[in-house]
Amino acid sequence: MTAQEPEARRLPRARRRAPAHWLGLVLVGVIVAAGLVSFVWTPYALSDMAGGRLAPPSAAHWAGTDRLGRDVFTQLMIGARIALVVGCGAVAIGGAIGIAVGVLAAFATRFADDALAAVFDILIAFPTLLIAMLVVAAREEASLGTAILALGIGLSPIVGRVTRILTKRVLSKDYITAARVSGTGWPAIVLWHILPNIAPFLGVNLALQFGLAVMAEASLSYLGLGTPPPNASWGRMLQEAQGTVYTAPWGALLPGLALFSLVIGVNLLADALRDRFDPAGRDS
Amino acid sequence: MLAYILRRLLILLVSLFVAAVVLFVLLRLLPGDPAAALVGVGATPEQIAAAQAQIGSDRPLAVQFVAYLGDLARFDLGQSFVSRAPVLGEIGQRLGVTLPLTFAAFFLAMIIAVPLGILAAVRSDGWAGLTLSVVSQIGIAVPVFWLGILLVYQFSLTLRWLPSGGFPLRGYADPGRAVLSMVLPVLTIAIIMSASLMRYVRAAMLEVLNSDFLRTARALGESRNGALVRHGIRNAAVPVVSVLGIELATTFLGAVVVEQVFSLPGLGSMLLLGIQQRDYPNVQGVLIVSTLLVLLVGFVADIIQRLLDPRLREARR
Repeated sequence: MTAQEPEARRLPRARRRAPAHWLGLVLVGVIVAAGLVSFVWTPYALSDMAGGRLAPPSAAHWAGTDRLGRDVFTQLMIGARIALVVGCGAVAIGGAIGIAVGVLAAFATRFADDALAAVFDILIAFPTLLIAMLVVAAREEASLGTAILALGIGLSPIVGRVTRILTKRVLSKDYITAARVSGTGWPAIVLWHILPNIAPFLGVNLALQFGLAVMAEASLSYLGLGTPPPNASWGRMLQEAQGTVYTAPWGALLPGLALFSLVIGVNLLADALRDRFDPAGRDS
Repeated sequence: MLAYILRRLLILLVSLFVAAVVLFVLLRLLPGDPAAALVGVGATPEQIAAAQAQIGSDRPLAVQFVAYLGDLARFDLGQSFVSRAPVLGEIGQRLGVTLPLTFAAFFLAMIIAVPLGILAAVRSDGWAGLTLSVVSQIGIAVPVFWLGILLVYQFSLTLRWLPSGGFPLRGYADPGRAVLSMVLPVLTIAIIMSASLMRYVRAAMLEVLNSDFLRTARALGESRNGALVRHGIRNAAVPVVSVLGIELATTFLGAVVVEQVFSLPGLGSMLLLGIQQRDYPNVQGVLIVSTLLVLLVGFVADIIQRLLDPRLREARR
């Protein structure tokens, strides 16, 4: 009877959190859909300035127009695409670097491992945004590719640190010793034992990093170091709308709301993943 | 304890050295010649060569590196390419904006987050705990510059209570306006920061609430609140202090965005301007000083952690 108690307590809690997980799915789904549709259709062309300056939301312009007369809804859709592309690209680059270095550190000699762990700690002390700013500064000019590369490099120490810890935990398991004794080489151990075992935890972490990357891209664009015009980015829309926030609040309200929805949606989905794969780690 | 402080001090110096090397590599080996930036677009090759000789970027990298370390050891951060002013002087001036901003926001965030985080843990199954969790979940996803813009809209443009940005020209010689211009930036950072801080406090407190030592204290006849105050808070504080260190550093470095929203002349806007103008000495100087401050914060956080938790003093590493 006592053995069933934790099970009985966990179920209602998981059910209580289910609506939040669905909300996350809906928020992310809507934004992904908007980003995908923007490839084939937007209400107006991005450079169409015929709408009149700072027009409030109407049937013709669902989210109003900006100070150049461009349709805000069109920019929001393109912005969704940019946010998703940058988020996915940055997580792919940061994940690839971080996982490779993290696994390598866990396998390395004690000295190299300690040194890499210390480097991770130093780099993590700096926010992703600052490292990304530096990379943008070092490159000749801002572009979509530079933003992705910069944010990917900025994220990599966080992924590296998590990968290292997770890998070390798996390495201490008996089945790794068994694999080693039976003559399995370390590439095979990484491929067959380590990566599948750390994948769920790493997945949750990468989802959270995606939210971080989207937020950092917006900050970079807000500072004028991100995706350059003519592409629309939520961050740059906010920067441009800040000056006219009193006369045209929708221009500043909506890009922020879109950014907020994507980040909170991704966080809720990460929570759902964690509940699924790692119920014990929920509060840590 | 003294041995630990000395060892931790050594780690601090090594970290600073590593950070200095990383900065040197990043700023020198990546494309973009600082000399070309110094003379500007349309300069003749002779002018660029003269500029290279002037700032020493024509020397071998190894020589540059030694010179760079020598300058650092003498706290000489060089002169700005653009204004020709000593970098260290300008950093000092701008820290006068960024440091008060960071610390005020940090303390306000603690005042908000610590009690609410404890409440969220103690009432984790009630509506108060649930509401606080939802609020902190929302707060984490709010972009800091968006919140800044919304606060400006509400409190300076609509209600006209506070300035929407800028800093008095005379600085703290005009104390009333200086303080007023800091209110919204501080509030912006503090709100965002307390959302994430609250989560850490709640998690640390939950762990303590489920601990054996708290149960033992209750069994020995202490009341729930008495046991929490005598044993709980101190134990929960240990992990929170290290997070506080990271949060303080993040706030300090994250001030770059908030300073931009409110056009404050702080360290962050100096960095951004330096990047835009390719003013390498300024960029390098800001990064070195921020690294030093971030590492110092980590150092202090580690020492405080040791003081709070005798068990850490026993353990190696």
